[in-house]
Amino acid sequence: MTPAIRTRELTKDFPVGFWRPRPYRALDRLSIEVAPGDVFGFLGPNGAGKTTTLKLLMQLVFPTSGDAEILGRPVGDVGIRRRIGYLPENPYFYDHLTAEELLGYYARLFRMAPVERRQRVTAVLDRLGIGAERRLQLRKFSKGMLQRVGLAQALLNEPEVIVLDEPMSGLDPLGRRDVRALILELRDQGRTVFFSSHILSDAEALCSQVAILAKGRLAAAGRLSDLQEFAVHGWELVVSGVPPHVLDRVRSRVRSVTAITGDRYAIDLPADARPEQWLAELAAAGATLVALNPIRETLEDLFVRRVSEMGDGGRPATATRVPRRGPGPGSAA
Amino acid sequence: MNAARSVAIAVFKESVRDRIFYNLVLFAVLLVGASILMGQLTAGQDVKIIKDLGLTATSVFGLFISIFVGINLVSKEVERRSVYPLFAKPIRRSEFIIGKYAGLLLTLMVNVVVMTVALYTVLFFLSRGVSPNVQRAWDAPPIDPALLKAIGLIYVDLALVTAVAVLFSTYSSPMLSAVFTFGLYVVGQCNEDLRRLDQIVGGPAAGIVGKACYYLLPDFARFDIKLAVVHGIPVSAGYMLWTTAYAAAYVAALLLGACVIFSRRDFK
Ligand SMILES: Nc1ncnc2c1ncn2[C@@H]1O[C@H](COP(=O)(O)OP(=O)(O)O)[C@@H](O)[C@H]1O
Ligand SMILES: [Mg+2]
Repeated sequence: MTPAIRTRELTKDFPVGFWRPRPYRALDRLSIEVAPGDVFGFLGPNGAGKTTTLKLLMQLVFPTSGDAEILGRPVGDVGIRRRIGYLPENPYFYDHLTAEELLGYYARLFRMAPVERRQRVTAVLDRLGIGAERRLQLRKFSKGMLQRVGLAQALLNEPEVIVLDEPMSGLDPLGRRDVRALILELRDQGRTVFFSSHILSDAEALCSQVAILAKGRLAAAGRLSDLQEFAVHGWELVVSGVPPHVLDRVRSRVRSVTAITGDRYAIDLPADARPEQWLAELAAAGATLVALNPIRETLEDLFVRRVSEMGDGGRPATATRVPRRGPGPGSAA
Repeated sequence: MNAARSVAIAVFKESVRDRIFYNLVLFAVLLVGASILMGQLTAGQDVKIIKDLGLTATSVFGLFISIFVGINLVSKEVERRSVYPLFAKPIRRSEFIIGKYAGLLLTLMVNVVVMTVALYTVLFFLSRGVSPNVQRAWDAPPIDPALLKAIGLIYVDLALVTAVAVLFSTYSSPMLSAVFTFGLYVVGQCNEDLRRLDQIVGGPAAGIVGKACYYLLPDFARFDIKLAVVHGIPVSAGYMLWTTAYAAAYVAALLLGACVIFSRRDFK
């Protein structure tokens, strides 16, 4: 099966410095494959190279080496753009156009006939919940509304592959929920969604596959369930009504005891502990069980582990990483 | 080329929205004001001055539009990053350039046509009361079709300036583009002197540099036939044709350069 997106050794150097520009490697030999129908999360801290990758896929910047394909065609092929949709990071459109005019303009580029054009424009605006505001100039739009317009234009041509750069950024919790629902809806329609994010909960809720990028290099890729270690790392035991002297006795044998509220405590048991024994012991002392949770690695743990494993040694000799804008590559999301 | 047409229409609509055509009001006021003044001072005087004024204003106003709209056409979209969503659509970068250029040409065309109509209207009213005998003594008839030749070459001139502005705007900032375009235009006015630079400054090196510039830079003075037309000196069809072809070749080369540069550049 042809992958929806494939990159091979994709590399991008940006010249930095005005007088003596030196190459700065924003992306280093990235090879990934996105299968059709997947929701693929492209994760990484700020400055990891996510936006650069997406711009390479859209031919907004050209690779230093390596190549990329979408739906089996090289990204330079203009014809392929009929079948893809793209939401840029913090999108900007034309201030003086209304949402409707903007989409009408884009629809013309897709050579839609007038009737189809009106239908599609109305359909995507409706889907993104842009109501009467669609007749307002975009300069009057809030950041969240612009993000919705951005999503609307990305779906205008009913694309097979949808590439979204930080789709949840700038949205309030309700907006985020809407975008999640939208992505799942697109998946159910059989479309491929490739989105970048530094917010892990988004990925955890949506993705079948993820890739983690750090400092321009791939730190991990695969099925979320394969990447996360599902072995239990320990137990969190929440109890109430434990007499203070019992608590003191317990404290030395567990990883931590944290007061929650009133007489309620969270006891962090090591991985080799047997929770049944602990329950029995505490119950005998008069405690009541509130909750017992196994502790597993979350995507966040995985993320932190893989990103820190990249360390400082992972950089190619040719590139001196001097971040030019935004927070440095080391700062976690 | 369908995509280029969409871009061109958008440019035209934007120039309407940005009130570019308000310059026509200024043009009309200038022309009418000047003719009222002249009518009061010297009745029956040759309308040369009005013709000259009309043609000069057509050229100057057009030049302002060419340069100041032209330099922003491409760079504004790159700076504000509206090119990101745009180029993810099925449109080639060269189609974008051609569309931008064609859109501004359309704007200029409308502008020049309206100015032409205004000029002829004013000339009609000015010459109405003047007897044919007096008119016969003038260098050229008041409602002179030859004016169209001058206006035609003004338009060709504007088309060339616009192409220069678009080329600069594909890779430099609006400020620099404006300076370069204007500079090139001014230098291009004295192209004849460049050819004879060795005689003016002296020395063979100056001669070579001058010749190189002469052949490389467009000779903008060629398009200015105002004086000839106003004074009733005939301008041959051959000259019109040759000059237009000369401009067309330049425009083609400039746009080709713009497309090549723009197609290769990264959007940061
Ligand atoms: N046009 C550019 N010129 C120089 N450096 C750049 C440019 N674009 C991005 N970078 C650098 O490349 C790195 C990756 O950036 P980016 O792809 O935007 O990261 P992300 O989207 O993951 O936050 C950053 O360190 C950034 O500073
Ligand atoms: Mg980014």
